[in-house]
Amino acid sequence: MSEDVLTVQNYHSLIGDIASRKYETFSYLPEMTAEEMKAQIQYIIDKEWDVAIEHVEPTRTKNTYWYMWKLPMFGEWNIDTVMEEIEACSKAYPNHHVKVIGYNKLKQSQGTAMVVRRASV
Amino acid sequence: MNAKSNQPGKFSAGVKEYRETYWEPHYAPKDSDILACFKVVPQPGVPKEEVAAAVAAESSTGTWTTVWTDLLTNMDYYKGRAYKIEDVPGDPESFYAFVAYPIDLFEEGSVVNVLTSLVGNVFGFKALRTLRLEDVRFPLHYVLTCGGPPNGIQVERDKLNKYGRPLLGCTIKPKLGLSAKNYGRAVYECLRGGLDFTKDDENINSQPFMRWRNRFESVMEAVNQAETETGERKGHYLNVTAGTVEEMFKRAEFAKELGSRIIMHDFFTAGFTANTSLANWCRDNGMLLHIHRAMHAVVDRHPNHGIHFRVLAKCLRLSGGDHMHSGTVVGKLEGDRDATLGWIDCMRDSFIKEDRSRGIFFDQQFGTMPGMIPVASGGIHVWHMPALVNIFGDDSCLQFGGGTLGHPWGNAAGACANRVAVEACVQARNEGDEIEKNGREILTKAAKYSPELAAAMETWKEIKFEFDTVDKLDVQN
Repeated sequence: MSEDVLTVQNYHSLIGDIASRKYETFSYLPEMTAEEMKAQIQYIIDKEWDVAIEHVEPTRTKNTYWYMWKLPMFGEWNIDTVMEEIEACSKAYPNHHVKVIGYNKLKQSQGTAMVVRRASV
Repeated sequence: MNAKSNQPGKFSAGVKEYRETYWEPHYAPKDSDILACFKVVPQPGVPKEEVAAAVAAESSTGTWTTVWTDLLTNMDYYKGRAYKIEDVPGDPESFYAFVAYPIDLFEEGSVVNVLTSLVGNVFGFKALRTLRLEDVRFPLHYVLTCGGPPNGIQVERDKLNKYGRPLLGCTIKPKLGLSAKNYGRAVYECLRGGLDFTKDDENINSQPFMRWRNRFESVMEAVNQAETETGERKGHYLNVTAGTVEEMFKRAEFAKELGSRIIMHDFFTAGFTANTSLANWCRDNGMLLHIHRAMHAVVDRHPNHGIHFRVLAKCLRLSGGDHMHSGTVVGKLEGDRDATLGWIDCMRDSFIKEDRSRGIFFDQQFGTMPGMIPVASGGIHVWHMPALVNIFGDDSCLQFGGGTLGHPWGNAAGACANRVAVEACVQARNEGDEIEKNGREILTKAAKYSPELAAAMETWKEIKFEFDTVDKLDVQN
């Protein structure tokens, strides 16, 4: 790394720009590849959490309740099945963000939640 | 030894040796007893059993002489008992004294009352050179009489809608002297850059340069604007610590009126009574409570005298708080790694098993009492992120003050750098990577698409805080 990186730069983020909206865990990283998504789903399954899929309009990311895609996939340990459902949700709502959740029933909460498909805005 | 006859049931005035009454090596502690482990350095020539018994006596029913009114009560039921002594590994001068107290010695729901006995007069007792309260086992019977954290970890996550990663914060600096409007600017920049929280420095109450009401208004405007801009939920720990309880509640009410999600309190300087009342108010008002711990190092840092931090942490959990500072292990402030892991378990878990390698002397149950989020703060920056994520896990709040505000491009870029770093570490951890070992590679890879992170890594590449820990766990050398 060179000294150049230390030269002050503007931080771009605007209230009027929908592209500035974030959506929690991993929204500051580049969009995941299929392989990276599978690794995260494997993590959820290894924790014995239940996978669920949700989606929302990019303007409503701050809301607590996104739209459920079907029901949480209780006991589903097949990564490929989860990937197919993500694909199906994404196809049905191409202009929505798609999120994967790992429900931790022991804590009565979500163990993790992450956007895996981003709508272009 | 007193020469008079000790016929049972007769009053015999004078001074008895403590061990006659308060040393019971065959006592089996009850599930409902409060148990304490003291580290004791006696005055030369005093037998260990006598000193241990003296500690039990002076921290419970005893005084230096017999009194006739002892015979009006059931002393066998009410007295504390020293039931075990143990050598301290690596320290021939001191020993551990274990004392059991019957639960009825203490008022329900009052850590104030427990501490007044356990760390009261006994700490000034002449037969002791030094005394340290190492650990306390609060029986579940007692735990359930306390209010505990007003919200707890899961409720906080649900309120904030944040899952699967540590929370990120930043204390606004300089800690003293900013005007309310300039202070709000610093808050806004941090939050729009990607932090979840900003924090009032503990020193900030309501000084002439920035009165509390002005600060609250400016800060909440900043929080609301950053939430609109990023679409994420955020907060600023509005410090309601004040010189009187009435003033504290006035500030808390105004924070609620402005729609703040979280307020903050300095529990040790303000005291447990004020803290417990504030925690109750927070529970009634759906407010998160961040707890600072100024003054703790005065009583918990010396290895031979005072109160261990794990005891303060347990007491605070009973009194009530949703966040509590825990040390960082890796930053500028004191904190042994294994000992820190021990007390963050005491903050978060429902059951903590005795584990001397972490300084835990007793099994401790908290039942369904919620846990607190440990807050790591003090001299940490992006290079520490892999270690912090590994040590603290997801249920933690990592606070970068200088490590956000000191970024060469300013607070927003500093915040963004920390957010990218924490997410990169969490992603790698979830993929099964050994993040502490491979931290440099993980951060370097993430910096390729985040110039903010690249600049942070370049700025702090040389900073280390490698001083030896003063308060280490007791181990054989």
